[in-house]
Amino acid sequence: MVETPRRKRTFRRPSVIPGFGLSFGYTLTCLGLIVLLPLAGLVAKASGLGLSGIWDVATDPRVSSALRLSFGVSAVAALVASVFGFLVAWVLTRYRFPGRKLVDAAVDLPFALPTAVAGIALASLYAPDGLLGAPLARLGIQAAYTPVGIFIAMVFIGLPFAVRTVQPLIAEIDKEIEEASATLGANRFATLTKVVLPPLIPAVLTGFAMAFARGVGEYGSIIFIAGNLPYVSEIAPLLIVIKLSEFDYGGAAAIATIMLGISFLTLLAINLIQTWSRRRFGYV
Amino acid sequence: MDRPSTAIRVEGISKTFDTAAVLHDLSIDVRAGELLGLLGPSGSGKTTLLRIIAGLDAPDRGRILFGDDDATGLAVQERAVGFVFQHYALFKHMSVADNIAYGLNARRRADRPAKAEIKRRVGDLLDLIRLSGFGDRYPSQLSGGQRQRVALARALAVEPRVLLLDEPFGALDAQVRKDLRRWLREIHDRTGQTTIFVTHDQDEALELSDRVAVLDRGRLEQVGTPDEVQEHPASATVMKFLGDHVEVEALAEGGRVLVRGRETPVAAPAGTIGPVKLYVRPWQLQLAEPEAAHLSGTVRSSYRTQGRQRIEVVDIEGRVLAVEDFDGIRHPAGHPVGLRINGGHVFG
Repeated sequence: MVETPRRKRTFRRPSVIPGFGLSFGYTLTCLGLIVLLPLAGLVAKASGLGLSGIWDVATDPRVSSALRLSFGVSAVAALVASVFGFLVAWVLTRYRFPGRKLVDAAVDLPFALPTAVAGIALASLYAPDGLLGAPLARLGIQAAYTPVGIFIAMVFIGLPFAVRTVQPLIAEIDKEIEEASATLGANRFATLTKVVLPPLIPAVLTGFAMAFARGVGEYGSIIFIAGNLPYVSEIAPLLIVIKLSEFDYGGAAAIATIMLGISFLTLLAINLIQTWSRRRFGYV
Repeated sequence: MDRPSTAIRVEGISKTFDTAAVLHDLSIDVRAGELLGLLGPSGSGKTTLLRIIAGLDAPDRGRILFGDDDATGLAVQERAVGFVFQHYALFKHMSVADNIAYGLNARRRADRPAKAEIKRRVGDLLDLIRLSGFGDRYPSQLSGGQRQRVALARALAVEPRVLLLDEPFGALDAQVRKDLRRWLREIHDRTGQTTIFVTHDQDEALELSDRVAVLDRGRLEQVGTPDEVQEHPASATVMKFLGDHVEVEALAEGGRVLVRGRETPVAAPAGTIGPVKLYVRPWQLQLAEPEAAHLSGTVRSSYRTQGRQRIEVVDIEGRVLAVEDFDGIRHPAGHPVGLRINGGHVFG
């Protein structure tokens, strides 16, 4: 009987470019120093309160309503940003029109703008006597100083993520697969839903995850438009700042840790869906 | 029926892209059940013609008829054509079986076959393309030749009126090309599917087609069986495009063609008198003694490939003349030789 040699378990794979050990070590060090160490410090600070202490903070009605607001509005805003971001990316890659480059560059503005500037601009636009706030108020919608305002700010800052993640993939779509679909008798709607969109789903999910994460963590652009009424339009990051200014470091760390946990679980879930959809849609 | 009916009639099609004219008033009849090769150099408009037949491009002028019905205004989806792209254009996120079933699944509910029927047809097609058992794979797991076969099965699944192939073997290597060619011919003979394919490869067109249509700069130069276009090329363009040739200055006189005062076996076209160009294929040249030769030069190289001997001769003007001769003698480079013309074509 011939015994098949057991493969040695190793991370290393033969590669053209050398230096696996060095670069892997470097990666871990960086990740550890820059990302994990501060987060560990945060968790350590929060653990000073003990599990029951954290639980008390989490169940505090003001905190839990802020958390619900932050994550809930972020999710809705990321969803809306994904849909409209997809459309923007589609138009920018599919059509040629005068000023296309300008529009394309403008998409990145929310990235570059100091968030406070964006916040003040949005607040003055949507204030009840603002340029957009006044007509909305006549329709009975008050945007500023309500969750609607938070939603608007989050869509604003999330949109570039949604656009930039799908744009390269839309540009890569081979026109011939659409033509192939048409010659096989599929109407435009079927071509779009069965041939064009499915391969883009993983990228759309990535965009959603990034817009969501950005929305959850956003502070500067929101606090100006939100009005920050406890139980109504007070977001969790603001609550952290408030706790800090009251020298309640433990409480701030506790809220932060809770946010960290929820964010991590959400992003993990989105990642798993992505892996599943990649496999489902044949990217091996 | 005494003569084959016309499956597709292309009538006076013209097409201009931006400012460049691609097709000029082109007409051609495609017979039912034939395998027609559209042959031409790149930029001759052959792919555009194929796309216009499919409805992927619209002609500026002219009509496309399927049988007796005017199809010019029909959308791609309504034309029932099978189109195979050079780069396969498979749906990467679908399995092979789903790719093949796509056209059937895309039909309106009333026309859609039952699930079991679709499954059976996909199975049959997988057998036909010799990929049974590959139904669950994804295109990325297949080789180029296999992908192209899947693309063909996908096009055949909808039972198209005509199968259109755009450089179907262009992206494949030589051996796979050869196999696929033979296989396509077999499938065609078995199914009798009217097929038009585009190629810039003369050998491919001549080997595969029932008839060859030679296109050049948006005009149809000639349509005929491979034998016809080779033996009786309609124009110098066709002659040039179908293979190696030598252009020889000649004189038409009394119905014959003379080269350097010596008579050749080539007949001059009626009414042609004076200086003409004689086009000669390598196998129409033969090494000869100087007193019987029409041309002379020195041997540059000589080699054998697959039972043929090919000798390259450089004449006084420095032109290279390819000769295919079977005398079996080795001809050292630098050796002076005479060449006799045994045939050729003169165009009026």
